[in-house]
Amino acid sequence: MSLAMTSPTRTGRGVLYLALALCALVALFPVLYMGMISLQPAEQAMSDAGMLLPASPASAASHGAANYGSVLTDGTVDFPLYFRNTLVIALLSVTGVVVSSVIVAYGFARVSWRGRGACFLVMLATMMIPFPVIMVPLFVIFRSLGWIGTFLPLWVPAWFGSAFSIFLLRQFYMTIPRELDESARLDGCGHAGILLRILVPLSLPAILVVALLHFMFVWNDFLGPLVFLTHRDQYTLALGLELYMSRLGTTPWNLLMAASTIMVAPVLLLFLLAQRSFIEGISTSGTKG
Amino acid sequence: MRWRNTGTGLLWISPWIVGFACFTILPLALGAWYSMTDWTLLEAPIPVGTENYERLLGDQVVHVALWNTLVYIVITIPLLTVASIALAILLSRPARFQAFWRVAVFAPSVLPLVALATIFKLMYDGDLGVVNRGLDAVGVQGPEWFASETWAMVAIILMNLWVVGPAMVIYLASLRDVPRDLNEAASIDGVNWWGRLVHVTLPMISPVILFNVIIGLINAAQVFVVPYIMTGGGPNRGTYFWSMYVYDAAFRYGDMGYASTLGIVQFLAILLLTIGLLLVGRRFVFYRGAMP
Repeated sequence: MSLAMTSPTRTGRGVLYLALALCALVALFPVLYMGMISLQPAEQAMSDAGMLLPASPASAASHGAANYGSVLTDGTVDFPLYFRNTLVIALLSVTGVVVSSVIVAYGFARVSWRGRGACFLVMLATMMIPFPVIMVPLFVIFRSLGWIGTFLPLWVPAWFGSAFSIFLLRQFYMTIPRELDESARLDGCGHAGILLRILVPLSLPAILVVALLHFMFVWNDFLGPLVFLTHRDQYTLALGLELYMSRLGTTPWNLLMAASTIMVAPVLLLFLLAQRSFIEGISTSGTKG
Repeated sequence: MRWRNTGTGLLWISPWIVGFACFTILPLALGAWYSMTDWTLLEAPIPVGTENYERLLGDQVVHVALWNTLVYIVITIPLLTVASIALAILLSRPARFQAFWRVAVFAPSVLPLVALATIFKLMYDGDLGVVNRGLDAVGVQGPEWFASETWAMVAIILMNLWVVGPAMVIYLASLRDVPRDLNEAASIDGVNWWGRLVHVTLPMISPVILFNVIIGLINAAQVFVVPYIMTGGGPNRGTYFWSMYVYDAAFRYGDMGYASTLGIVQFLAILLLTIGLLLVGRRFVFYRGAMP
């Protein structure tokens, strides 16, 4: 907006829309490409993938059905199971993050206590610690608990809050007028009452954003499952896709793209449904920090 | 009164304190301890003092991984900064279907990196890939991307252009906060488009640039998934990054002591770089509240 031309000419508008369309096309191309290759017969995908469009809608439908069928019924790489595993881990993890972050954010937003600011800064700083730095000792800790080769390392930590979610919810709580707390207090509510009756109902949109972002994080996570899971029947989709790629060897790309589509579709759909709150949630993290 | 509140406050944030102690502080402390041991998980760790750190200094693989990671950081961050600011400016112009353009440009950023890397592996494929076919069409002979160390690195870096979404929307939000009258005043004074960008807009959003650069640094310094899927670190370790060495040392060679050393060094390096950026950034960042 700030750089808008003072008097947009006709050519100016044309260039703008051309640039927008080009960016959108380039951005979406990998997804479109994935979808198109997943509908091709092996010969086409393996030889002249230059012909991107399928020969006919009927051919796309039949080859698509064959490809997706072949991915879903693969003997060694059990995608339906991996889908279920990923979903179970994601749901347990998201529930944990929402419950714990709603509570912890209250302590940072509505109770005033000595050292709160410092504590909050420390919490923000923990977001800066990359997973690879602590994955080895974490592996050792979970191993001594007997958790390696189970889902536990992938969702239990979420029940202790995630710094990013706590931060996002705290920022949102701060925008809710304190007068509402006061009137609830006069009605005899304690902290728990204020949180449950005032803040939670009013911050449902923010809670949704936290849940969505965390769901995607878990769904897309690769290194965590790679380090903590050991048996094939516990794999998540991310590991399954990698396993599938290394097993196929000669890389029948049409099957690999069908498998990728299966993994991508849920997150893409969720994003499209909630794109507005999603994008707002992310911009909050950068501008109100 | 405030002391009594402290109890209440700590009680409310206690889940985070427990998690912080168990999943951040404890691993860091254990990592520091393991980094001074020889340990293969089979028997108890054997203290070896600073031996691992000395070994690290002379380790050829460390040199390669460090160099690759630095190259990756130094190229990726400016590239992402320029690309995300340019996209944010483009998307901030009033246009029809604005929501659609934003969603389209953001969408690839929500994809699982494993899937995105798989797609790009095909797109970069020497014979089948759409990238070389496109280059062919305009008369350029595309390289065998994954057969050359340089091109493999270029391929991995370029893929980042598809995940600029988060940085872009943060810039987009900050552009909205640039006061319009500043730009209008400059424009009345005859400052052209570029002058307004460099002298008004960029200084006004500089705190956000610093924020995004730091986040970008932390992300780039731990790059793992994309090279792991696309190149496996090859060819000739040409795309072998620091995090891959941490992973391999621990889970391929079972050398937990040395892997912890690599992790601790990575942590300290990122910490120092972040602090350095903050200090340097302070000189360049323009804080609106701090005008004399």
